[in-house]
Amino acid sequence: MATSTPASEAPDLTPNETQTEEQFSSSGYLDMELLRFTTAGSVDDGKSTLIGRLLYDSKSIFDDQYDAIKATSEKRGDEHVNLALLTDGLRAEREQGITIDVAYRYFATPKRKFIIADTPGHIQYTRNMVTGASTANLAIILIDARKGVIEQTSRHAIIASLLRIPHIVVCVNKMDLVDFREEVFESIRRDFDAFAAGLDVVDVRFIPISALLGDNVVEKSRNMDWYDGQTLLSALETTHISSDLNLTETRLPVQYVIRPQATEHHDYRGYAGRIAGGVFRKGDAVRILPSGLVSRIKSMDTQGESHDQAFAPMSITMTLEDEIDISRGDMIVGESEYPQVSQDIEMMVCWMGDSKLAQNVRYAVKHTTKEVRCIVKEIKYKLDISTLEKIYDDKEVRMNDIARITVRTTQPLVFDPYSRNRTTGSLILIDEGTNSTVGAGMIVSSIPPLGTAARPDGDYSI
Amino acid sequence: MNSYRLTHLKELESESIFVLREVAAQFERPVLLFSGGKDSIILSHLARKAFWPAKIPFPLLHIDTGHNFPETLAYRDRWVERIEAKLLVRYVQDSIDAGHAVEERGPNASRNVLQTVTLLAALEELKADAAIGGGRRDEEKARAKERFFSHRDEFGQWDPKNQRPELWNLFNGKKHIGEHFRIFPISNWTEMDVWQYLYREQVEMPSLYFTHQRDCIDRDGVLLAKSEFVALKPGEAVRSYQVRFRTIGDMTNTGAILSPASTMEEIIQEVAAVRTTERGNRADDKRSEAAMEDRKKEGYF
Repeated sequence: MATSTPASEAPDLTPNETQTEEQFSSSGYLDMELLRFTTAGSVDDGKSTLIGRLLYDSKSIFDDQYDAIKATSEKRGDEHVNLALLTDGLRAEREQGITIDVAYRYFATPKRKFIIADTPGHIQYTRNMVTGASTANLAIILIDARKGVIEQTSRHAIIASLLRIPHIVVCVNKMDLVDFREEVFESIRRDFDAFAAGLDVVDVRFIPISALLGDNVVEKSRNMDWYDGQTLLSALETTHISSDLNLTETRLPVQYVIRPQATEHHDYRGYAGRIAGGVFRKGDAVRILPSGLVSRIKSMDTQGESHDQAFAPMSITMTLEDEIDISRGDMIVGESEYPQVSQDIEMMVCWMGDSKLAQNVRYAVKHTTKEVRCIVKEIKYKLDISTLEKIYDDKEVRMNDIARITVRTTQPLVFDPYSRNRTTGSLILIDEGTNSTVGAGMIVSSIPPLGTAARPDGDYSI
Repeated sequence: MNSYRLTHLKELESESIFVLREVAAQFERPVLLFSGGKDSIILSHLARKAFWPAKIPFPLLHIDTGHNFPETLAYRDRWVERIEAKLLVRYVQDSIDAGHAVEERGPNASRNVLQTVTLLAALEELKADAAIGGGRRDEEKARAKERFFSHRDEFGQWDPKNQRPELWNLFNGKKHIGEHFRIFPISNWTEMDVWQYLYREQVEMPSLYFTHQRDCIDRDGVLLAKSEFVALKPGEAVRSYQVRFRTIGDMTNTGAILSPASTMEEIIQEVAAVRTTERGNRADDKRSEAAMEDRKKEGYF
C-alpha cells in the first residue's frame, strides 16, 4: 500500500524491520485497531463503576492510581474500593460526586486500543453526550436492571441514532440486585427493541452485567449460566469497525495549501487535508468543488512516504497534474462522485447555546474546512428526545433541544447527507458575539433536495 | 489487517497532523511549546510531517527555567537543526530579575510554577494567539477533560466548567482580542503510543531516556538527580544508581526510575509492564490532589 522511508536517521536505532514487526505484532503492539466508544448512563446507574471496572480488570490501572482511590474510599467509608473514583476528574466533581463534562479515558488490550468518551448522564448535559457521540464508533448504553428502560435510556438511544453511531451495546447493569434473573434481562431487551424499532440503529447487542462485581465485564459471569453471549470487553474487542467509514465516495476537504518558500520546490503546490471518504488512487481523475474544474492526481504523500492509494481517515498532501486555483475550504472529489452543493440546507441541530436558537439570526458556520455564515430560515419542528415525537407548536429551541431547521448560507457548501458521511455531513454553528459553539448540525439535504438526496438513506427516519 | 484500515498509530498520527494544520490555518501567530521531552519531540516531529516539504510555519518556544539537564539543551539544539525549525527561548531567570516572579525557597524549591509567569509574558510579547503543547489526556485526571482547542481568557486562565463543546473534528478557534488558545494535538496519545510511534519512526531520543549511571538523592521515594539546584536535606545522601528518566522536566522535580532499558524496544517493554503512572515520579504533581488542575487554571502548560 505504501512505501516508507524513515523520516529521520538514527544509525544506532535501525532495527531489522521484519524481525521487529513480528516481535511486536505477536504481542499486538504496533498494529492494533483503534475503537472510540462513548458511554451514556443515568445518574447512579453505575457508569463510572463500569469504566473503572473495565480499566481495572484489563489491568490499565496503575498502582499509584489504585492506591489513591483506595485511600479516598477508606476516607469516605466506602465498603468496596470505589472504582468510580478513577474517572472523577475535577475538583468540583470530587466535591459534588458527579461528572460534569466529557472526559476521555484510554486503555488497550492485546487486540485493540480504546478511547472512551465518558459523558455525564443528567438531563441538562445532552450537549456533552452529543459531543462524546460525535466521534464514537460504538456507544454503550447502561440500563439499571431494577429500573428498566426509562426516559433517559430513550434519550441516549435517540442521540446515538441521531449521531449515527454505528454500533450500540446495551448493558443491563446491576444484575446482582435482581438475583441475576434471565426474565428481567429479557424483558428489558424486549422493551428496548420495541422502542428502538423507530430508530436508525443497525447493530445492537445486549449484555447482562454487574459492574460492581465484574460479571460479564471482562470475566464471564458464573452467576448467569443462561447467558451464552460475549462479555463486554470481548464485544469491544471484536466489533467489526472496518466498514464504518464511507469508502465509496472520495472526499478530500482541502485544509491547507503547502507552498514551500524554497527554490528546489519552486512550483510545488500541495493540497493538505484529511481524507473524509473513499479511496483515492494515483492517476485518478478528480473534480474540484465548488469550481467544478477537473484534473488528475499526480502524487499523494505524508512526508517521505508516498501513497499509491490513500483512504479515510488518512492525512495526506496531494498534488495535481494541472495548475488550478484551489484554496482551503474547497473539496477534491472523484470526478463523477458528486456531493451536493447548495446554499439552502436542511438539518437536524442539537442546540448548545445559552441563548435560544432564533429564526432570522445569523451564525458563523464551520463545515469541513470551510467557514461561512448562515441565517436560520425556518424552525420546522422540535424533537422530543424521550418519545421521538415531533413538536410543531413550540418552536423555542433552547440548550439541549434537538430541532429540524433550514438555513441559507453566504456561500455554497459542498456536502453529503450526514447519514452517508459523518465528516462531510456535519457542521457547527457559532455565535458571532460570544464565539461560542452553539449548535451541532447534521445535514439532511439541500433544499429543494437534489437528485442524490432523494435516496431513501439520505434522510432521517426520525 | 484490512488494507483500508489504519493502525492505531497511523490513525493517531493522522489526527494530530490534522490538528496541527488547523492551527496553521486558523491562527495568525502560533508557537509550539518545546521542552526537549518526548511529548514535545513527537509534536515537533509531527509538525514537520504536517507541512513537509515546507518548513514548520511557526516557531518553537522553549521556556527555560535555568534548571534543565545539560543533556536536554544539547539535544534541543541538535533537534531543532535537524527538523529545520526556528527556536525561540525565554528565560525564567529574566522574569525573576525583572521582579515578575519570586524564587521559591527551601530544599523543595522549584521553578515549575514560575514557568507560567514567563510563558504568559512570552505569549504576550510574541502576540501569540495559539500555543501548541504536548499535553496528553492520559497523563493526569484534570487533563482528561482538555479539549484539542482549549480556550484561554485574557489572563491565560482555563475554565474547565465553561469549555466549548468539541464536535467531530470541527475545531472552533474563534476568539476575542487578547484571548488565546492552547492546542493539544497529541491529546489522544498514551505514553505507550508515544514510544511505539517514536520507535516506529526511528526518532533519535535524548540520552536521558536510556539507562545510565547517575548520582541521585532519594527524597520521599523520588530519585532526584544530584545537581547544583537540589540542596540536600538533613539525613539525605547521594548515591549512584542505574537509572533512566521516564519524563524530562527540571532537575529539581523530575524523578529518575531504576531501569536497565537501553533501547527503545526495552523502553516499550518496560512501559508495558510498569505499574505506576509516568507522572507518579513528578514531584510537582505530588503537591496536592488537585495540583495539576490548579496550575492549569492559572495558565500552566
